[in-house]
Amino acid sequence: MKPTLAVWKFASCDGCQLTILDLEDDLLALTGAIEISDFREATSAVVEGPYDLSLVEGSITTPHDAERIQEIRRNSKALITIGACATSGGIQALRNFADVDEFTRVVYASPQYISTLATSTPISDHVSVDFELRGCPIDKRQLLELVSAFLIGRKPRIPTTSVCTECKRRGVVCVTVAHGTPCLGPVTQAGCGALCPAYNRGCFGCFGPMESPNTSSLIPLLRRLGRSDTDVERLFSTFNAGSEPFRKAAGHG
Amino acid sequence: MESERSVVIAPEALDDLIGALRRRGFRVLGPTVRDGAIVYDELDSASELPIGVTDRQEPGSYRLEERDDEARFGYAVGPHSWKRFLFPPRITLWRAKAENGGRKIEEEPPNETQLAFIGVRSCELSAIAIQDRVFIGGKFVDRDYAARRDGAFLLAVNCGEPGANCFCASMDAGPRVRDPYDLALTEMLDGEHRFLVEVGSERGADVLAELPSVPASQSDVASALAVTNDAAARMTKAMPQVDLHALLAGSLEHPRWDDVASRCLSCTNCTLVCPTCFCSSVEDTSDLAGVETARERVWDSCFSLDYSYIHGGSIRASSRSRYRQWLTHKLGTWVDQFGTAGCVGCGRCITWCPVGIDITEEVAALSKQEEKSHAATA
Ligand code: SF4
Ligand code: SF4
Ligand code: SF4
Ligand code: SF4
Repeated sequence: MKPTLAVWKFASCDGCQLTILDLEDDLLALTGAIEISDFREATSAVVEGPYDLSLVEGSITTPHDAERIQEIRRNSKALITIGACATSGGIQALRNFADVDEFTRVVYASPQYISTLATSTPISDHVSVDFELRGCPIDKRQLLELVSAFLIGRKPRIPTTSVCTECKRRGVVCVTVAHGTPCLGPVTQAGCGALCPAYNRGCFGCFGPMESPNTSSLIPLLRRLGRSDTDVERLFSTFNAGSEPFRKAAGHG
Repeated sequence: MESERSVVIAPEALDDLIGALRRRGFRVLGPTVRDGAIVYDELDSASELPIGVTDRQEPGSYRLEERDDEARFGYAVGPHSWKRFLFPPRITLWRAKAENGGRKIEEEPPNETQLAFIGVRSCELSAIAIQDRVFIGGKFVDRDYAARRDGAFLLAVNCGEPGANCFCASMDAGPRVRDPYDLALTEMLDGEHRFLVEVGSERGADVLAELPSVPASQSDVASALAVTNDAAARMTKAMPQVDLHALLAGSLEHPRWDDVASRCLSCTNCTLVCPTCFCSSVEDTSDLAGVETARERVWDSCFSLDYSYIHGGSIRASSRSRYRQWLTHKLGTWVDQFGTAGCVGCGRCITWCPVGIDITEEVAALSKQEEKSHAATA
């Protein structure tokens, strides 16, 4: 019998789930190797758990979701979180540094009906997680690699070094050194294949902090390249704002 | 210099040279401008060379600038090195396929394409010689490196334009070409734009015979020599002239390591741009169906945590220990292993370090403070 897969959504934009649908030809290979038992974005057919593998997208932002993830964990042999929301809280973790009551009053006409937590937190803050796949969105080759490794029972090839390693392997010219473009690549985890530098853009950190991020050495460089303190704070206040090294670099304590 | 075998060619003859190599079946690789840098890539014609372009380098900075002449090799070295072609970033070692209840293993056939490198600097020839010792010089020969290296045509260029981060002279690796080559050019921009060509091999002579050339005069030979002499004189950076092996061996607990660790990003750039660094790791792949698997070799670096992961943890967990490992190996224990230091003074690690950490400055700091501590104990 084929192993069963379920895909779950929490507070997120659905982009990581779409990456699964975007596998194109490999999607057939995936459905050949694994039985998709619950994946609302793709199919309305639902098979009861427990599941061999659950992929979880999104962060925990409501009391209801905090309950739901416990149920999913109980029903999953392996649980892998996918994307910046699920692994660090996502862009919505900016609420962690602000007053959520004030937000709800400003945004909603009837804030009394809104049930939300003061924070957006990664899944690993709530249940044990077998692997965290980074990215906003995740990289489809990395997803295939992770599922292939899971199926055969080997260690996945998911590097935790900087984006710079991928620039150099690809032969991409460094945008910081050769163009003076600020780049978060030295403190950001590899995985995208140096997507942004390959298009002459600085990395904006969507894969979150690398294994040993030295943000206190990178920040003076960003300042030398013309970024103000506010710019630096904003650079670190995006999809992975909730991760500790980026949170500290942004001055969110 | 063997003046009797030297000839002079015009800049236009470089196109004939590339054509002659392509006709012989070589994949011709050389310098060209891409994304604001001079990189090494496949060349179809000499018009793709960085004509009239130079590079201005500083620690952590590289910019292209226009020259006021039509120099073809009027720059120092860029982010790429020939290592990309001899020791590629990623290769497959073997593949295995599940068949009839077992697995059939197939070794990946070695690369058969003959490579020709255009514009190899003296430091780069030295770096290739160092990697030769690493990969094919000992008891265990790397068959992939051997296949790529075997028969590679080396068109060397004597340096006339050292970059601000070059220090090959102090590493005894340039700017004049010395290690074996097939042909060596010296670009002369005094008077008529021309190249002095020296022959280093029979097949070099064979290729040269197809190009329009005139015998070199005494004054051509003299001005070619002046090009590298001037380059050496203009080189501002130098490795401190101390016993590097002893210095590194005696500096294991030096406070400077903490200082450099506070700046170092552990980003791996220095090691990956270095033409002599040879670290790699081996990774296994498998497809979703679990039918096809492969083993790949990929560039790695002593700056990654995984590289010193042994059993339950990384031995070099701090960036202090990782930077120390890099420098201590490069300039110290490399000598014990391979008989030379692992640095040829090309300056790439200084230029392409985003925060501009300078290997010569780090060594200077280690040796200066060592003197101080000796003085204190004396
Ligand atoms: S472009 Fe960015 S990620 Fe790439 S090497 Fe430079 S600093 Fe690193
Ligand atoms: S380069 Fe950086 S921002 Fe761009 S895709 Fe990769 S990790 Fe994300
Ligand atoms: S250590 Fe630096 S200067 Fe020396 S060969 Fe390597 S990149 Fe060049
Ligand atoms: S010395 Fe520079 S290039 Fe090397 S790892 Fe440290 S920051 Fe990166």
